[in-house]
Parts: sequence; structure tokens; C-alpha cells
Amino acid sequence: MEISNYIILATALFSIGVIGVLTRRNSIIIFMCVELMLNAANLLLVAFSQMHNFKLGKYYPTLASDAQVFVFFIMVVAAAEVSVGLAIIVMLYRNTHSVDVNFLNRLKN
Amino acid sequence: MNFIYLVPLLPLLGFLINGLFRKSLSKSLSGIIGSGTILASFIISLAVFFQVKAGATAVISYFDFINVGSVHINFAFQVDQLSSLFLLIITGIGFLIHVYSTSYMHEEDSKDFAKYFAYLNLFVFSMLLLVLGANYVIMFIGWEGVGLCSYLLIGYWFKNDNYNSAAKKAFVMNRIGDLGFLLAVFWILKRLGTSDYHEVFANVSKLSAKDIGGITLLLFVGATGKSAQIPLYTWLPDAMAGPTPVSALIHAATMVTAGVYMIVRSNVLFSLAPCTMELIAVIGLITLLLAGSIALFQNDIKKVLAYSTVSQLGYMFLALGVGAYSTGVFHVMTHAFFKALLFLGAGSVIHAMGGEQDITKMGGLRKKIPVTYFTFLLGTLAIAGFPFTSGFISKDEILMNVYAHNKLYFYLAFAGALMTAFYMFRLLILTFFGSFRGTHEQEHHLHESPKAMTIPLIILAILSVAGGWIQLPPMFGGHPNFSNFLEPVVKTVEHTEASVTAMEWPLFIATIIGLALIWFFTNKNYNVDKFDGEYTGFKKVLANKWYVDEIYDAIIVKPIQAIGKFFNDVVEKNIIDGFVNGVGKAVNYGSRQIRLLQSGQVGAYVLLMVIGMLVLFIIQLFFK
Repeated sequence: MEISNYIILATALFSIGVIGVLTRRNSIIIFMCVELMLNAANLLLVAFSQMHNFKLGKYYPTLASDAQVFVFFIMVVAAAEVSVGLAIIVMLYRNTHSVDVNFLNRLKN
Repeated sequence: MNFIYLVPLLPLLGFLINGLFRKSLSKSLSGIIGSGTILASFIISLAVFFQVKAGATAVISYFDFINVGSVHINFAFQVDQLSSLFLLIITGIGFLIHVYSTSYMHEEDSKDFAKYFAYLNLFVFSMLLLVLGANYVIMFIGWEGVGLCSYLLIGYWFKNDNYNSAAKKAFVMNRIGDLGFLLAVFWILKRLGTSDYHEVFANVSKLSAKDIGGITLLLFVGATGKSAQIPLYTWLPDAMAGPTPVSALIHAATMVTAGVYMIVRSNVLFSLAPCTMELIAVIGLITLLLAGSIALFQNDIKKVLAYSTVSQLGYMFLALGVGAYSTGVFHVMTHAFFKALLFLGAGSVIHAMGGEQDITKMGGLRKKIPVTYFTFLLGTLAIAGFPFTSGFISKDEILMNVYAHNKLYFYLAFAGALMTAFYMFRLLILTFFGSFRGTHEQEHHLHESPKAMTIPLIILAILSVAGGWIQLPPMFGGHPNFSNFLEPVVKTVEHTEASVTAMEWPLFIATIIGLALIWFFTNKNYNVDKFDGEYTGFKKVLANKWYVDEIYDAIIVKPIQAIGKFFNDVVEKNIIDGFVNGVGKAVNYGSRQIRLLQSGQVGAYVLLMVIGMLVLFIIQLFFK
């Protein structure tokens, strides 16, 4: 498989994630979009790792597997971030009784 | 000679003491300080004069004044025949006027009294600097200083707006002349690299004809402003707003002669520029006639004398223009004597009349203030050219030199002399003869002035009569002592001896006949009981000074004010203020727009973050 396919897919996923963060009002949806962005990056890492694993048409599974290990790091970070983020959303809900981002304008002026 | 630096230094000290301590000095003390310094300067000047007469001239340099690149200007004094003569005139007459002022100004309170003497001393200091300077720059320092003191003293009674305007007018017109002088000095410096008299006059051959023409013309413009020639003369009659001793010192004896001094000092340059000389002679002649004609019908004592001064200055410039430099200086000296006498006498009359200056309200003062009358009579005879007075000798010498140059000028100048006699006799008769035309209280108030005022009058009267006897005309057996004394410094343009003396006897006879006729005529017309001083027709034009002030106002003053108003309204308010205010408004607008970014919306902040990152990526990818 050409590497460009994976790149296009990852880019598309990332863009969708970005647009989702910018556009959506529900903060939980925004979180999902952030996860989407992270996963797009993961996809890219794995794809490139697999690309580098093929040398002279043969498959060497441990040649360039740094990226695949890095993916696990990213997933751990994502999990931690989700827990903290959801905690913040819960506090937000307690204060404003909604998860709408547009109500967070206390920083105005 | 070594003490020459004291001559200007003492008046400067007098200025500082009287000026700084004016609130604590008593009137008599400030008067003594003011007059004493001038007396000391006079004694030193006398000693220097006798040294110079014996042949000792010097240029004494004190310190480097300006030392920039190739321009070296020393603060140096040049003591020679010309400057020592002027020193005597300035300090001698200055001293007499200081003594006179102690009595004339006694009604001021002590603070203003001391201020007056401080200004007078500053004036004498500046004038001494002017005549002692050994280069054009030091002369210019004194030149500007006397202009400044003229402004300060004319506007002495500063609470009166009209006096302030007169002072400003004098200063502005002086300044116009100063510009010409300064340009000439720059020109000399550029061409010759020096402004010292000795070096400039020695290197005159390095200047092209155009250079000399331009320099002399610009110097003459400077002289026009300072010495009240056409077109810059209108400040002098208005300057009569100042106290009368000021008019005597500044506008009769010293400041207005600064222009004459400067031209005589530069006689080497001027003799090489015949066009400028002709211009000087013509302007002197026109000034003489114009001012004389205006003086014929003035009703204020001081204005008559002011126009008379302008007219006599015209004589001096006429003499300079035909190349008779030492004659011009001679007339400066005799004019200083009799004009100071006339002004101080007028002050005595004004003092007796309790402040009245209008001659239509005077008359018959001959018996009431006899000393003033007699000295004023002697001064009048001197200025009119009564035989053997100082004025007669100097004026005749000028006329004879003019005759050798151009006969038409001679006849016109002689007509001017007859005019002089006419208006002076008119003044004398209206003031002192006939019967009194003033109010009753004025009549009771009439009294002779105190000694401090009459003694200077007597001294000046003696000088006016006898001061010219050092150079009697050759036909009476005199020797040109004066011209010979100035010979090393002042090179007269030669006319043939015969034509200079050709008109001696005819002139003498004509003068006597003319004076007799004029006396008879003015006595008949003005020795009257009633005199309203109103004039009609052509006399009105003369009485209104040929409307010159009004013409200047329309042609020069109003357009300049209009231009100023335009610049203020359009340029200043719209453009410059608009620019400055616009910057403020732009900052205001910008800040308002940027404040909208702080919406508090989280989404907006995230958007901006994303945009920022995109921009960084693009720069990274495409521009590095």
C-alpha cells in the first residue's frame, strides 16, 4: 500500500478533529474530536513505522519499531488527559449547569 | 592704553550692580553708580585719546572668541584715531545725559530708577563694544546690543501699550538691517576667511568686483536700519515714546551714528564700490529732503527733533556717499553736541510744562525758563548753520564736498539746509516766543529746571558753538586738524581741491541771506498768540508724514499678518494638529478593535491558536 493513502487518511482525520474542536458547542464532543486528532497522529506513526519495516521487499518486524512503542505513550497520555478533562467538565457543569462552551465567557473584557 | 578694557567693563559693571540690586539701592546711589562708571570711562578715554594723538595705536587681543575649523575670531579691541574719537563722544555725552537723567527721572520709584540706569549703562557698554571691536563680529555684538537696549529703553514705561508697539517697531526694523549686516559678514568670512579689519582691508584685492559690490550693499542695508535711512526710518519718530534723555543719547548722539561709524570704518571697501557709494549718496539726499519736509509741520516737540535727526543723518550719509568720510565723522560729532542739547532742552521744556509736548499749547516761555531758552537758541542756531557755530562748519564742509561731486545734489542739499532752518526756527518761536497758549495750571507750574539738568545744557551749548572751531574752513584761515587726525584710518576720496572750495564764499553769503529771510518769515508767521496747528491740503500730507506708515501697513504688515493667519488656520489647525490628533484617534480606534478579540469565548481562543500554528507551519515549509 502506498504511504500516501495513509497520509491522506490521517490528514483527513486530523482536519475533521480540528474543525470539530473549533465548531462544536458541546464540550464532550470537543473532547472526542481531540481524541480523534491524537488518533490520527497515532495512525501516522504506525504507518510510517510499517513503511520503514520493509527493506528490499522483506518484512523486518523489529527494524524500526520505535514509533509503535511511542504510540503506546501517546495513548497513555490521552487517557490521563481525558480523565483530567472530564473532571474539569464536571466542575464546569456544576457551576453553569450546562456543557455549552459558549457560556464560558467570564474572561470577557 | 593697557586700561582700555576698563572703558567698556565699567559700564557693564554698572549695569550688573544697578540691575541686580535695583530693589535695594536708593535713587541717589544708583544715580551715582550709573553716572560714575561713565565718568570713569570718559577719563580713561581721554587719556587714551591723547596717547593716540601722539601716535600710539594698537590692536589688543584678549581671548579666542570663536575657534571653529578655519574660522578664528578673537575678542580684540582696536584703538586707533577713529575709535578713540568715538569713545570720547560716547562717554562724554553719555555722562552728561546720565547726570541730566538723575534729575529728569526723579519721579520714578527707586526700583524703576535703578532699572533705567542699568539699561543706560548696558547701552553705553554695547556702543563702546561696537566702536572698539577689532573685527566685524565684535562690532556686531555691540550692534545687536544697542538695538536691544533701544527696545528696552523705548518701552521703559511698559504699562502703556502704544509705547510697547513703538519699541517693537524699532527693534523689528533694526533687525531687518541686522540681517543685511550679518549676510555681509558671512560673505567676508567666506571669501577672506577672516573678519579682522586689518586683514580684510589688506586683502581687499582678493575680492572680485561683484563681491565688493554685494558686501558693501549689504553693509549699507545694515546701516539703513540702524541709522534710520529710507526705507527703514519710521521707527525713529515713534521711538520718541521713550524718556527724553533716552532720545537724546540713543537717537541723537550714539546709536544712530553706528551706521556711519561702520561705513567709515569700512571706507576701504566702500571706496572700491562706486555704485554703492552713489546709492548711499542718493538715499542720504532723499532721506534728508523727505524727513525735512515732514518736520516742517509737526506739532510735537520731540517729533520735530526726531525728523530733524533723520534728516541730519541723511546729511551724514550724503557726505559718506561722495567720499568725504572724515567730514561725515565731523558732522557726527557736531550733530551729537547740538542734537543732544536740543533734546535735553526739549526735556527741560516738557519738565517745566508738567509733561506737555504739544507746541501749540506752549509759547512765551522765553522769560519763564531763560537758561533753557538760551541754550535751546544756541542749539537751534548750530543746527540751522548760523555762521561759525559747529553745525555751520560741518554742514558747509559736507555741502562743499557734495558740490565737487554733483552740482544737482548740492542744490538739493542746500534746499534741505534751508528747510532745516525753517522748521527749527518755527519750533523755537512757537515754543519760546509769542504768548502762552496753555492752561492756567501749566502756567503756574512753569519753573526753571534744577542744576543737574541745566548744567549739562550749558556744557553742550558751549560745545555746540565752539566744537567746530578745530576745523575752520580754509577761507577763514583754519587748518584741517580733524581730517588730519583721522587720516591714518580714513582715506577720503579725492576731489580736486579747487572744486571743493569753489563755492565757499557763495555758500557763506547764501547761508546768511537765507537764514535772515527765514528768521524774518517764521517770526512773522509763528510769533503769535493763537495757533491751532491744524493743516489743510499739501500741508496735511506733510503733517501726516506722507502717509508712509500707512503705506507700510498696507503693503507689508497686513499681507504678513494675512499669511500668518492663513498658516495658523489652515496649516496649523488642519494639517499639523490634525496629524497629531489623528495619531491619537488611530490608536484609540485600533485598541477598540483589538479589544473585541477578548470575547471570553474559548472557541475563539482555540481558533486563534490553530491559525497561529498553521502560519508557523507555512513559514517553516515555504520560507526557510
